[in-house]
Amino acid sequence: MEASAQQEEKPVAVEGGLRTGMINATEMQRLIDVLRKEGYQVLGPLLRDGAIVYDEVEAAGDLPAGWMDEQEGGVYHLKRRDDDALFGFAVGPHSWKRYLFPPMRRLWQAERKGKGKFRVIPEEETPQRRAFLGVRACELAAIAIQDRIFMQGPYVDPVYAARRQNTVIVAVNCGHAAATCFCASMDTGPQVRQGFDLALTEIVDAERHVFLVETGTETGAALLAKLEARPATNDDLAEARRIVERTAESMQRSLDTTDVHDLLLGNLDHPRWDEVADRCLACTNCTMVCPTCFCSTVEDLTDLSGKTAERVQLWDSCFSMQYSYIHGGSVRMSGMARYRQWLTHKLASWIDQFGTSGCVGCGRCITWCPVGIDLTEEVRAIRATAPPAPALEDESEY
Amino acid sequence: MTVQSITQSLAELRFFKDMPREHLEMLAGCASPVAFKKGEFLLLVGHEATHFVAIREGMVALEMEAANKITTLQTIGEGSIVGWSWLVPPYTWHYDARAATPVSAIQFDARCVRDLCESNPAFGYDVLKHFSHVIVERLMNTRIQLADMYH
Amino acid sequence: MFMTNGQVAARPMTPVVGRIRRRRRETQDTFTLEIELEKKRRFSFAPGQFNMLYVFGVGEVPISISGDPAESDVVRHTTREVGVVTGAMRGLKEGDYLGIRGPFGSAWPVEEAEGRDVVVIAGGIGLAPLRPVLYHLMDHRERYNRVTILYGARTPEDILYKQELGRWSARLDVEVFATVDRATRTWHGNVGVITTLIPRAPFDPKNALAMVCGPEIMMHFCVRELHRRGVTSDRIFVSMERNMQCAIGLCGHCQYGPHFVCKDGPVFRFDQIEEFFSVREF
Repeated sequence: MEASAQQEEKPVAVEGGLRTGMINATEMQRLIDVLRKEGYQVLGPLLRDGAIVYDEVEAAGDLPAGWMDEQEGGVYHLKRRDDDALFGFAVGPHSWKRYLFPPMRRLWQAERKGKGKFRVIPEEETPQRRAFLGVRACELAAIAIQDRIFMQGPYVDPVYAARRQNTVIVAVNCGHAAATCFCASMDTGPQVRQGFDLALTEIVDAERHVFLVETGTETGAALLAKLEARPATNDDLAEARRIVERTAESMQRSLDTTDVHDLLLGNLDHPRWDEVADRCLACTNCTMVCPTCFCSTVEDLTDLSGKTAERVQLWDSCFSMQYSYIHGGSVRMSGMARYRQWLTHKLASWIDQFGTSGCVGCGRCITWCPVGIDLTEEVRAIRATAPPAPALEDESEY
Repeated sequence: MTVQSITQSLAELRFFKDMPREHLEMLAGCASPVAFKKGEFLLLVGHEATHFVAIREGMVALEMEAANKITTLQTIGEGSIVGWSWLVPPYTWHYDARAATPVSAIQFDARCVRDLCESNPAFGYDVLKHFSHVIVERLMNTRIQLADMYH
Repeated sequence: MFMTNGQVAARPMTPVVGRIRRRRRETQDTFTLEIELEKKRRFSFAPGQFNMLYVFGVGEVPISISGDPAESDVVRHTTREVGVVTGAMRGLKEGDYLGIRGPFGSAWPVEEAEGRDVVVIAGGIGLAPLRPVLYHLMDHRERYNRVTILYGARTPEDILYKQELGRWSARLDVEVFATVDRATRTWHGNVGVITTLIPRAPFDPKNALAMVCGPEIMMHFCVRELHRRGVTSDRIFVSMERNMQCAIGLCGHCQYGPHFVCKDGPVFRFDQIEEFFSVREF
């Protein structure tokens, strides 16, 4: 995966295949077949329950051809496109996080052995090789962020690392931005830049339905070599770039990240936190759909006989009351404190912790918020009314 | 003890740190050395606050009797003051103060100090500032106790 | 650095098993467990670090290590019964087993304190995470200037480690001051909150290093008194408490601004957290 970071912009020939190529949309089936034959479970977008979600795709026909999403704060619905684009939507409620950092997993089991005694049985996982088909630029950025959290700190999450090592990424440049998208502000998209094995740009118009395929790694190049592709021309490349530029230009939302770290942490007493807390239901949706939120909790379970026990890890949310519980009560009792924790973490302390913002601009937290709270709006409000400098604390108040 | 030697003793106590020599001498004029045996009362609740005490050595316990039980509210050690009710009408003690150990102290005549305060506002303000500190500290300590923070 | 227990690095989320060798009641609601690891595994730690202790089928809690850092055949934990897991732990008997992961977290600055006046300030059960420091100070007394222990407890009955405190206070080279929040006449020591001990404690503020552990509110007031005496924030160390589940900085619960209390703490130099210390619900 490391090699992908060195991906270059210009198309060049690499050993074993083309650096770039053009394939017909019908080749998507071959791509899926090749991956499956090599032992990869192919995960990609498909229609389910009125949304586009990520799950196993066995055939190109599973992809949501001709569908797009319309999104706004608290609003998501699908509508027909006037073409047959396979990736003509933005992002849905799922993110790839669920396949690398599963919503629920067993950490270990324990078994009683006589009175008062027990042994611990570690959990062994043989990771399944997986191919992610249709990863957006913002999602690549999200995966890179979680890589830092789970693989590049003093402690490595062995399950995440194993899954990550066994994942092939086929990225897609966005030809459509939802109204909730703001990846351009966060400098993560819509053009994919690194972290992929293959990157696709879908070109669909009256004359043709083709994909520009760019390779990011040797694995990607080997895959491209197995497809029926012709070399990409400069015109093909230019057209692909134009599509992504148009997407960037059509983006309606933005977030001004200038000094956002100090802005938020310097305004912990800002009245806006109370105001947003009045609307926030603390439902945890934003954290569940967020592709970078990484908090988890554990549950210890036993069977009825009390002979075996196990610990299960589950996604958790800083919006829950139990999240900050220490004996005697929760540290963050109020909704105000919990929303403030989420936003200051996402946009500010995340930078201290991991050297990057925790937000990639995918807009999911806006769309899936039942009351349509929009973090770009919250930051704007705090910025507009922040006092010039935080007052010094009075040390001698009685 | 002479006024000079009492002044010197006062200057060595933490409570009087930062008080100008001139004010210490005025206080010393109202003061005399005193010793309490262990168990002896320095002040009694409800009694007129005719004096106050600066502890040079030993420990004094502020006590309150409630529900047939005597509770120690706070102990006061060397360098500190026992008694501030002499400063505020109606000049009566709020608690008992008992010598928890043998105590060596300097006792002040409250009326004498109050008269000096009235006639010399600069001295009066200085005394008030020092005693405000004691009052605030006792209030703070009571509030922290109320928090029952180890529970 | 302290992971002699190779298990921690490879499987940071999986406990090893230990046997309770001895169990001792300290006060009405506190007790100390002496645990031997399975297969005579050695255990070493730095003062201030903690372990995650697991009671079979009930759950896991972070507990500071309160033993002597010089001994490696036994792990000692003093804890207070405050919830379901510590309640179940209290019910364990000698010979019973529990799960252990650790040691985790940052340490008290025992090396940085060398050559200085050392002021150890503990409130309530907060003496437990500081006891390893005290063992270390006593063992290497010559490396330190004046050593002062200030300890506050709720009542005389709640005073932890009475015998050891007595032993230390009998030493001529250590000053021990204890106080309780409430008492009757049968108690002959100080009565009053722990902050009252700070103004008269024998240390030079310019040279002193303070280590403070207790409830957050207690540390708040103690830091204020230390500041008043002129001890600066870079010479004050506190041990923070937040919800800790994974203990390796991955589960997110213990966040405190930019810090993960489990991995960047629990011991912080006060100036690292000062800006957040008075923020409510942070």
